Amino acid sequence: MYDLIIIRYGEIGLKGDNINDFINQLVANIKRATSDLGDFEITTIFGRIFLKAEAAKINAICQRLINVPGIISLSPAQKFNYSSKKVSEFDQSDFNRLKKQVVRLFRAEVQNYPTTFKVETTRADKSFPIKSPALSRELGAEILRQVEGPETELKVDVHQPEHLLEVEIRRGKIYIFVRREAGPGGLPVKSSGKALLLLSGGIDSPVAGWLGLKRGLSLEAVYFNSPPYTSERAKQKVIDLTKILSRYGGEIKLQIPYFTAIQQAILKKCPRRYTVTIMRRMMIRIANQLAAQNESLALVTGENLGQVASQTLEGLRSSDQVAKFPVLRPLITMDKNEIIKLAKKIASYQISIRPHEDCCTIFVPQNPVTQPKLATVEYAEEELAIEELVKEAIAKMEIITINEGAC
Amino acid sequence: MKKEIYLDNSATTKPTESVIKAVTDALKKYYGNPSSLHSYGIQAEKIINNSRCLLADYLNINPVELIFTSGGTESNNLAIQGITKAYQQRGKHLITSPIEHASVNNVFLNLAQAGWDIDFVKVNKKGQLDLDHLNNLIRDDTVLVSLMQVNNELGTVNNLAKIANIIKNKNPLTLFHSDGVQGFAKIYTDLANIPIDLYSISGHKFHAPKGIGALYLKSGIELQPIFKGGGQENKWRSGTENVPAIAGLGAALKELPHLNSENKLAIQLTELKNYLIKELTKIDSVIINSPQQSAPHIINFSVPGIRGETMVHALAAQGVYLATGSACSSKSKGSRILKACGLDSKLSESALRVSLAADLKQADLDYFISSLKEQIDFLKLF
Repeated sequence: MYDLIIIRYGEIGLKGDNINDFINQLVANIKRATSDLGDFEITTIFGRIFLKAEAAKINAICQRLINVPGIISLSPAQKFNYSSKKVSEFDQSDFNRLKKQVVRLFRAEVQNYPTTFKVETTRADKSFPIKSPALSRELGAEILRQVEGPETELKVDVHQPEHLLEVEIRRGKIYIFVRREAGPGGLPVKSSGKALLLLSGGIDSPVAGWLGLKRGLSLEAVYFNSPPYTSERAKQKVIDLTKILSRYGGEIKLQIPYFTAIQQAILKKCPRRYTVTIMRRMMIRIANQLAAQNESLALVTGENLGQVASQTLEGLRSSDQVAKFPVLRPLITMDKNEIIKLAKKIASYQISIRPHEDCCTIFVPQNPVTQPKLATVEYAEEELAIEELVKEAIAKMEIITINEGAC
Repeated sequence: MKKEIYLDNSATTKPTESVIKAVTDALKKYYGNPSSLHSYGIQAEKIINNSRCLLADYLNINPVELIFTSGGTESNNLAIQGITKAYQQRGKHLITSPIEHASVNNVFLNLAQAGWDIDFVKVNKKGQLDLDHLNNLIRDDTVLVSLMQVNNELGTVNNLAKIANIIKNKNPLTLFHSDGVQGFAKIYTDLANIPIDLYSISGHKFHAPKGIGALYLKSGIELQPIFKGGGQENKWRSGTENVPAIAGLGAALKELPHLNSENKLAIQLTELKNYLIKELTKIDSVIINSPQQSAPHIINFSVPGIRGETMVHALAAQGVYLATGSACSSKSKGSRILKACGLDSKLSESALRVSLAADLKQADLDYFISSLKEQIDFLKLF
């Protein structure tokens, strides 16, 4: 039924001279997010991106695009082909055909009655002979005449219509559409620099990564692997989560340091109640080095205030104390159900709930300390050969470059 | 080359060359539908009959008493669901044990919800049944008793003849089903000489392909089929027969020692098992959970302090593949079966199961033992 998708971007429009860089980046990101669905023609005209595709693929593409950062909204649309040479010569027979097409589209998209609607025209191309209010009025009247009936109660509501049928006339082309789907907003990935995501197999960290992407970051990731305490399947889970992020964020270098020796050392040498606090500090220390090596400028974590014992202000402070980069925590004030909702939206949820444990859940003591004092933490980790341990973890690191969307 | 020592033969076995050939031959040449009237159909039917006769011979029963199914789970479901539906007018009482396979246990839990009265025979820490308790549980309205032949986690063996006689002496109308998935072939089972009514087997536990199993249904016993359809398998199990897998099953049976001869398979496995137990006992931190008189192929042991799952991953990295007591997650630690036996949580969380096949060599077991020792030293934290 549809032949194209009209994509609107928001904030980018406010940028100055480098606006084209932003748009080109967004177009590249759109191509990548849909690459497994096909190779589509994408054009940009001031303020809009047009993606042409076969009708059968339009819905699948829309489902992807609603998660591509930088997109404000999108509409699957039809192009109207008029028979005259120029849009300025749009005549009565064209108008009659336009009316028919509009009615057909309305019927196909609007299923539930009684309902209300409104027709709105954007006449950016002023050579089009009929003025916007007149065109809207005539098309609206035609819809009422053709569609309204005892089973299909229909009214015009110009203030809060349930359906808005839009006609856009731009540069000699006429588009009609009824649906507007919201995108995530934000900025195109790669327009804000690079950060390192601390990724576990849980629900939170992939969402944090996606929110980072939404503000235009490009990401690298680190997963702390503790074989044999954690399984091959736990690692595969993280790889699959990285693929989800890669769909929206392009190539992601997944770095997998060997964390086993560190965990063993902590458990052998540090007080039981402090093991989680110290483990998180060791993770940050490894992340510091990886971020520096890859020229990342921040760390991103899925931490969330008060969710677990280590995520108190005291716990976060003890991590930040060893961090050499700003630690971005996009989920810090969210509730778990808000996070889950986002996880479902980006399709990471189904992967995150696979039952394989990661290193964070496997060694949790009965009563972890919730308000670690910095001085006590420092004392508690005194026995650890911190530098050597970090070095060894990185020396035995595995690197997987992920450059594909998950299926 | 990296070592590959497969010690998880109770989970599944490697198909032998002759099994693979039988399956591929059937796929390539005998692809007809056994119900078809033409020669392709007849050829396929012959394959099924051939495997059916071999299996009947092995169990000393009549071929018409065998129903081919998709495996152990379906056989158990068909037996328990089918009997309880066909004989519900006889009563509402059923007996089983708390350590049955999930495909038995979950069917009973379901029946309990549907209003059946279910009793569980007591078991001890080694998984052995309290047969006096069983005797006391049997009532006039007991429709079915289902007790497994060999426990899949501990290797505990139940004497089917003894159990069947207790049941039939107390109530001749009570039917007896046994899940023989782990017992078949390892323990000779002459069904003609045991007053048993139903017996489940699964092909992939003895080198046949996955997706094929059978249920023995004694002549004269009724069953309500689960599947409605074309009435294959003498009306008991509708659905086009899995000819390639049935061919594979036949090939696997041909490699087993015959029922009336010495059970060479069991002897070989027992030798390996005894050697392994001797070596395991030498390791201080190992505790054997299996009983002394266990099935010839299963040894369950614990290394308290090291989670079973962790040890499985550690040994897999060394090329040694075994199992935990059963799959566990952070939410339900340890095995349902070991818990039901009353095993301490320290033992059940650290339980490991080795299950043997006849092609293993003593050197393989030595490698396993030395890897196990190494990993215990590496993983022991306290």
